[in-house]
Amino acid sequence: MTDAEILKLKKIAVDCRIDMLKALANAQSGHSAGPLGSIEFFVAMYFSILNHNPKNPALPERDRFVLSAGHYAPALYVAMAHAGYFPVAEFIKTLRQFETRFQGHPHNLALPGIETTSGPLGQGISQAVGIALAAKMDKKNHRVYCLTTDGETQEGQVWEALMFAGAKNLDNLTAFIDRNFIQIDGNTEDVLALEPLADKYRAFSWHVIEVDGHNFQQIIEATEESKSVHRPTMIILHTIPGKGVKEIENDYSWHGRPPTQDELKKFLPELEEIKNNL
Amino acid sequence: MNAFKLNPKMFLNQKILTKPEMELHRLGFGEGLLEAGKKDEAVVGLCCDLTGSTKMDLFAKEFPERFVEVGIAEQNMIGIASGMALEGKIPFCASYAVFNPGRNWDQIRVSVCYSKTNVKIVGAHAGISVGKDGATHQGLEDIASIRVIPNITILAPADYDENKKATLESAKFVGPIYLRFGRELVPKITTSQTPFKIGKAQIFVEGVDVTVVACGPLVYEAIKAARILYPKIKVEVINSPTIKPLDSGTILKSAKKTRAVVTAEEAQIIGGLGGAVAECLSENFPVPMRRVGVKDTFGETGGPDDLIKKYGLKSADIIKAINEVIELKK
Repeated sequence: MTDAEILKLKKIAVDCRIDMLKALANAQSGHSAGPLGSIEFFVAMYFSILNHNPKNPALPERDRFVLSAGHYAPALYVAMAHAGYFPVAEFIKTLRQFETRFQGHPHNLALPGIETTSGPLGQGISQAVGIALAAKMDKKNHRVYCLTTDGETQEGQVWEALMFAGAKNLDNLTAFIDRNFIQIDGNTEDVLALEPLADKYRAFSWHVIEVDGHNFQQIIEATEESKSVHRPTMIILHTIPGKGVKEIENDYSWHGRPPTQDELKKFLPELEEIKNNL
Repeated sequence: MNAFKLNPKMFLNQKILTKPEMELHRLGFGEGLLEAGKKDEAVVGLCCDLTGSTKMDLFAKEFPERFVEVGIAEQNMIGIASGMALEGKIPFCASYAVFNPGRNWDQIRVSVCYSKTNVKIVGAHAGISVGKDGATHQGLEDIASIRVIPNITILAPADYDENKKATLESAKFVGPIYLRFGRELVPKITTSQTPFKIGKAQIFVEGVDVTVVACGPLVYEAIKAARILYPKIKVEVINSPTIKPLDSGTILKSAKKTRAVVTAEEAQIIGGLGGAVAECLSENFPVPMRRVGVKDTFGETGGPDDLIKKYGLKSADIIKAINEVIELKK
């Protein structure tokens, strides 16, 4: 990737953070920390990795992206809106509002381009496995991508899906985990320890790559590597929850709450400054 | 005096009145799925280590490339099926009813029903007649637990032939379906000519004094009760293989005629067919009613016949309920 390309992605990421915080403050409901920390991932996905067409979301040969951790909906929505699936203004104005298309957790029937419904944790990774399996059956070449989170990985269904994909060598599947170490009740290692996580994936026959989840180059290169491996790949995204807003960063109490309008006024200049310094 | 007769429009097997022919309830699913697979290559089968006993093996042998052995992971099975359905497949997911939907209710709710994915959930070995495996394996709460979820159709066919038709129709039907049936040999009530339509209840025996709405193996017991009581009490027997959406038109029309209703099913009376009929009648046309089924209790180990008798699922129990509602309507 050229420096100019990366700079472009970095600018989009700041814009996404700004618009997402506006939407959350407007909704007065929703998750802040995880979605903020995953913005680079979503921007990399919708502006570089995916073979897709926002104007034709049902394109048969499109790559499939499955969001397993449904509470990351605002990050998914904002990246898709910026990519052209739906108006950014509608997202900011109506996220989580009565009769909106932007449901609290993503719904496949509510918006164009949303592949699956998610919210209850662990269901998306199984669905991604099913989509990958159907592609294998039909000898299709598109790839399947899925984002899980670390708290989510405490769900048994995640391990059922990982075991199956590993055993069946689903090499058209690349999954990601947002490893930010936070969940509602605290640090993941205090609530229910996940480590040694990479070894667990390897034991389930997955190829594992660990990257800085805020580094576009690393995310995109790891994804490229996953395409040439004859096993499913898990890319561990080491991220800072709340990335971009110092007051939110690494504070698990921000897992499930939105900023107030006053907090938003405080946070926006911080993000504008990041953008100006790019 | 006219002799007891079955509704001629239903082309039922007359041998049930003399010496019933028996066939495995679950075989109807196995053969139906095989036929559905031949008709439509989008049909795929998923199973959780119970391929032989659910009779999915017939499909798996013919179409190994369209069969998915998921292993013992019912939640994952539903997720995979949902993903495959989003790609245009018509997945049938089979296991025992106690596990499927017993262990994957949330996956069925979100990945299938809310998402409107075209997944067919197959609960085999439903009912107390599973017998010796005991209460853990006797699926009695499946109908009630699924019936509260929007967007899903529930089918509980009466016998082998109807199970085969229900399976074939499920493959053609677009949308989530829960299909449940038992393990055992059951009398062959229907024939290949008996009509079957999802959403439609059928009058198997016409009568004027009391209506019995039944599903699954209890349809035979209901016909038997009607025959025993004839001509003193003329029982109308309605087979209701679709529990959701209930064919309220047929049931209400009969209730208005007989003004007394009994339901019969091999499931918990709370929330099952009995619950569905009670809701329908109490809102539209309240009449005296009794529900025959398992009465808010768990089963136990034992032979199917002993259990069916002990837990009140025989024709004698239906007759007792009929006498009670007829007494009440006086």
